[in-house]
Amino acid sequence: MSPITYIFGIAAALGILLVVVEMLRRGRLRERHAIWWIVAGVLALVIGVFPTVLDWAAGLLGITLPTNLVFFVSIAVLFLVCIQNSAELTKLENKTRTLAEEVTLLSLRLDQLEPKPHSGPLAPPAEQRSVI
Amino acid sequence: MVVTFERTLIVMPAFNEEASVADVVTEVFAALPGVGCLVVDDGSTDATVAEATAAGAIVARLPFNLGVGGAMRLGFRYAMDHGFDNVVQIDSDGQHDPGNVPALLEGLASADLVIGARFAGQGDYEVRGPRRWAMRVLAVILSRTTGTKLTDTTSGLKASGPRAVRLFSVTYPAEYLGDTIEALVIGARAGLVIRQLPASMRPRAGGTPSHNPFKAALYLGRAILALGFALVRPTTVEEGGHP
Repeated sequence: MSPITYIFGIAAALGILLVVVEMLRRGRLRERHAIWWIVAGVLALVIGVFPTVLDWAAGLLGITLPTNLVFFVSIAVLFLVCIQNSAELTKLENKTRTLAEEVTLLSLRLDQLEPKPHSGPLAPPAEQRSVI
Repeated sequence: MVVTFERTLIVMPAFNEEASVADVVTEVFAALPGVGCLVVDDGSTDATVAEATAAGAIVARLPFNLGVGGAMRLGFRYAMDHGFDNVVQIDSDGQHDPGNVPALLEGLASADLVIGARFAGQGDYEVRGPRRWAMRVLAVILSRTTGTKLTDTTSGLKASGPRAVRLFSVTYPAEYLGDTIEALVIGARAGLVIRQLPASMRPRAGGTPSHNPFKAALYLGRAILALGFALVRPTTVEEGGHP
């Protein structure tokens, strides 16, 4: 492996970690959503610094071509992130739905308690409106 | 048996139904004096709200489209908050005859959920081809689940008694076909007594039911999927509800 490839691997891993940590720091990413990205970044960094770890792990699992292990782990991490996002989306949809219902019930109640002046015969009398 | 309409709320989910909603509301009040009538506007972009309000209904406007399931759960919650015992769902396209409602309410004396079925003898509603087979398959499976003979499981004409209203105000599903298939499964698993009564239907005011075989196959697939997941879902479906 040439020194350039070696440095490139480390730089890429550091790049991932830098972006994730910076987003966490600025509060643009919650740590529960960042967990798989951090795992991926740390793994990439370890393998970048000690490429022999990859060969060792591949041998341990009986994978002839170590690069295939990289692909497998990458796809696994992407899968986990996707499934987490979908689950999160479902949860948010449920919450949005509940909020929409809540808002609708509240605005209906508000309309009944204080009808808008232009909404018909139930408009409040003039003296009530002037007391502001 | 004397049926009291005062404790009954008619819930009509409406999505862009300006042409028919006012007529249906008027018809409801004429057929069922003293009844509460809530039109749930499901994010319509036309004059549905104005038409329904003018006809004298209570109108709840959802900020965006939630589907029939979302509109109905709102209706059940409204009923809970305002002391209504029974909720009857009626389509706002004029397909259902409010004249069927008293019979459904009487049926609630011995059941928690009464479905007004389209193929049970009354009226001249007919569906042919693959869509009909899809409905048959659903009917057979759901009959077994609910322990009663059902022929029309996707009917939008349903009367819910106090137990059903309490259950559905928290758990009514919003997914596609959730308001029909999954709601029945949830009800059956919670121990509700479900019955079916014949109800006459009228041709829909706008459009005819689709007879496209591809659409029917898609419908069957989605229905089976919805049914499958409804049957394997854990029974504790309280999450996502409100406190």
